Amino acid sequence: MEEKKIILDIHNFSVSFEQYEKGFKKTGLPVIRELDVTIHEGEMVAVVGSSGSGKSLLAHGILGILPYNATLGGEMIYNGEPLTEERKKELRGNEIVLVPQSVAYLDPLMKIGPQIRKGKKDKASREKLSRIFKGYGLKKEVEDLYPFELSGGMNRRVLVSTAMMGNPRLVIADEPTPGLHMDMVRKVMRHFRELADQGAGVLMITHDLEQALEVADRVVVFYAGTTVEDADVKDFQKEETLRHPYSKALWRALPQNGFQFIRGTQPYVKDLPEGCPFGPRCDQCTAECKGKIPSRDVRGGKVRCLHAV
Amino acid sequence: MKDHLLFIGKNILRMILLLAAVSIAAFALMTISPIDPLQANVGQAALGSMSQEQIAKLEAYWGVGTPPLERFLSWASDFLRGDMGVSLLYRQPVTSVIAVKLANSLWLMATAWVISGLVGFLLGVISGLKQGTWIDRIIKGYSLLIASTPTFWLALVLLMIFAVWLKVLPIGLSVPIGLEASGVTIADRIQHAILPAITLSITGISNITLHTREKMIEIMESDYVLFAKARGESTWSIVKHHGFRNVILPALTLQFASISEIFGGSVLVEQIFSYPGLGQAAVTAGLGSDVPLLLGITMISAVFVFGGNLIANILYGVIDPRIRRGGKRS
Repeated sequence: MEEKKIILDIHNFSVSFEQYEKGFKKTGLPVIRELDVTIHEGEMVAVVGSSGSGKSLLAHGILGILPYNATLGGEMIYNGEPLTEERKKELRGNEIVLVPQSVAYLDPLMKIGPQIRKGKKDKASREKLSRIFKGYGLKKEVEDLYPFELSGGMNRRVLVSTAMMGNPRLVIADEPTPGLHMDMVRKVMRHFRELADQGAGVLMITHDLEQALEVADRVVVFYAGTTVEDADVKDFQKEETLRHPYSKALWRALPQNGFQFIRGTQPYVKDLPEGCPFGPRCDQCTAECKGKIPSRDVRGGKVRCLHAV
Repeated sequence: MKDHLLFIGKNILRMILLLAAVSIAAFALMTISPIDPLQANVGQAALGSMSQEQIAKLEAYWGVGTPPLERFLSWASDFLRGDMGVSLLYRQPVTSVIAVKLANSLWLMATAWVISGLVGFLLGVISGLKQGTWIDRIIKGYSLLIASTPTFWLALVLLMIFAVWLKVLPIGLSVPIGLEASGVTIADRIQHAILPAITLSITGISNITLHTREKMIEIMESDYVLFAKARGESTWSIVKHHGFRNVILPALTLQFASISEIFGGSVLVEQIFSYPGLGQAAVTAGLGSDVPLLLGITMISAVFVFGGNLIANILYGVIDPRIRRGGKRS
């Protein structure tokens, strides 16, 4: 594959929430600790992690819409320049767009058309919306519907349309297919694949590894606030080509690979073990795993494990 | 069309049931009240100097001795025929007494209703948007303070400040004392209504503010506002497009439901300011055992409150597309 331009490079990203505990003692709750993701032009990267691993916060962090008591750390480079809060404000909704989970993210009392146009009434916006709708096979009348009147099939196309109102270079899809059956999932995924094929970078945040494998180019495995592995989607064809014990465990948990599960649960932010967060559930865990685990390049992918070869 | 008729029919039935229940309750309370109409209205001393025949005549006039059920039924059958009876105290038809008193009160209540609605809504929206800031703290603090202040106490304080100390507003009544009715100007009437109207407004505001604030906070924390932010909408754009749109519905319901509170508040406020309105008439009727007048006022109030809630229900259906359009589809 030829070298493509990097759109977004996130390095050592962290999110922590300030909390007041017993009386007025302030404590930080580090929900995301070490997250690395790189997205190239025309590439679809899936960040896969189980619920409660802090995935959505990544999306909100990139868009600058985290609540005020959240503190961000690490580096975020967008298009070669640091992505500051001011830049996020400028870019969101235009170059960097979010596609939400469901129509619950639309104002229930505002008609679809005006809502997608963000209340703008000028000719250019109207025409642009008509073009987008035509592209997704949505009738003009849909503009006059309220979110509750959309059918399940329209929902997704309308949500993707919101993203197309800008000039998206980076599309963030936050759990775009909750509770949909596979047919529908494939349809939705095709929309995102199209966006990527048109040159935008797509960051898909999901808990569904199977879905991610079907459309993404690369998969980033996320566990307890840390990215443990960054691998090409091809590496997921066999267990041996994967690097991190958690990715391997995920692989073995897929239905076609035997539905196997491993003991334990993902630790809560407050009771994280020292060093490797996966340590207590890992059978390769040694004394060194209690220390700092750097991200290493192994066989063309990245992994945060001392024992990966 | 069929749905509309059903809706109207249902509500008429509801109102009839409500009126029946309210009139029975009000009448029952009057019968068990310990007030002796003769002693209350004629006085112990006067009664002592009267002959047996005179007393018997008075007893007949006030309905003493007639069984309560008989009295209620005779009132109810008249009421059904559209006759609300004659006020025992004013010696005038109840309808004309209520008409005069209501005209006085309506001014007061309408002003208070509009002011408390508008100001309460605005304060609530601002407070909700600026949650946690000093503006929010001031508005919230004020609302909580007022909400826990008894209306009559507030009325007394305002009376003391503006009528007794500053002497800028009249101390009571709805017109100047010692002036012929023809000499009373609109300005006089307004001046006399200011204090009671302000008192009613102030107490009404806090409730509406607190409710609107809660709703506004809920909206600003909603997923659709988060998404609007993610789409690059400015705070003002979010408030304009999503905030007002979503907060106006609950605010309207609240506004029409608050009619009952304004009605209730006016009883106390009119009493403090000796303002000759419906509220004061209700108190007079209650203390003087004027059953026809009291029942008449109760009925009118019930109709008003019921009407307010009904309007809120209808408006909801007209404004909320989920009900308006949702109903059509199913």
